[in-house]
Amino acid sequence: MTRRPRVGVVTFPGSLDDRDALRAVRFLDAEGVPVWHADARLPDVDAVILPGGFSYGDYLRTGAIARFARVMGAVCEFAEHGGPVIGICNGFQILCEAGLLPGALIRNRSLKFVSRRIRLRVESTASVLTGGVEIGDILEVPIKHGEGQFVSSDGELGRIEHEGLVLFRYCAPDGAVDDEHNPNGSARAIAGLRNERGNVVGLMPHPEHAVDPDTGPTGGTPLFASLFEHALERVG
Amino acid sequence: MKYRFAAVVTLKRGLADPQGKAIQDALPHVGWNNVSDVSVGKHIELTVEAADEASAREEVHEIGRRLLANPVIEEVQVSAVPIEWMQEPEGGAHEVPVP
Repeated sequence: MTRRPRVGVVTFPGSLDDRDALRAVRFLDAEGVPVWHADARLPDVDAVILPGGFSYGDYLRTGAIARFARVMGAVCEFAEHGGPVIGICNGFQILCEAGLLPGALIRNRSLKFVSRRIRLRVESTASVLTGGVEIGDILEVPIKHGEGQFVSSDGELGRIEHEGLVLFRYCAPDGAVDDEHNPNGSARAIAGLRNERGNVVGLMPHPEHAVDPDTGPTGGTPLFASLFEHALERVG
Repeated sequence: MKYRFAAVVTLKRGLADPQGKAIQDALPHVGWNNVSDVSVGKHIELTVEAADEASAREEVHEIGRRLLANPVIEEVQVSAVPIEWMQEPEGGAHEVPVP
């Protein structure tokens, strides 16, 4: 029998969605492993999730302090060795601050905190999170953030597009990408990105809040399925 | 020696500045129709102990690059701040009256 993938979820001071991420992992029959920010080493895990929240109160900038947390050295090393690392919301902000993903996330264009369900269009399957879905698939997932506007220099945006690093764009129910369905003003409606190797992924929407049909949409389920598959492949 | 500096962190020009825009949009309602290019940043002061001012300043620049600003979206300017106000006056520190 194949063993269940072990997914570590880091708790920083101010993390909010660490328990939800652990619950989602366990709900989908993988093993959730809590990881503490002050630990110098990662436990024996096959993938790492940096969860949503307001680590260190979002002081200075979102993710700016968390990237220097002790455990982040081990997370960066894990990523360098090809380990799957997923940053959700605040986790995405931390990955950008750590330089593991390009660009940055600033205050929403509207200046308002947005909390609602949105739809994502899959743009690339070349990542640990999207290997099991199809380009053009539309996933319903919630967002809840005040600083989710993805920005980057024009040159960097060109590179991101050219290398196919965009994984998700905010879209209308029919898949159309337009200003009306861009909830935070992100450049090119970018909702999620991967690194060049596809093992590091960041996204503002919350797949961990979208796995249980009893509580809402289930757009996160196929993404976790992809993650588990890649995590096991890497082990096997 | 101790040296005090102010680091001013601002968004790079050309990047969206939603807070600056919100302030700018409010100004006409308060009677100013002649204001443009409002930009919001952060003012951070810090004291550094170093052998001389030049090396202290270099350290603040390094702190600015590594922590205070995100070079992807922000710029940081460093200037010296007089330190006199920090020193204890003769006879000990001022008592702050508690209301």
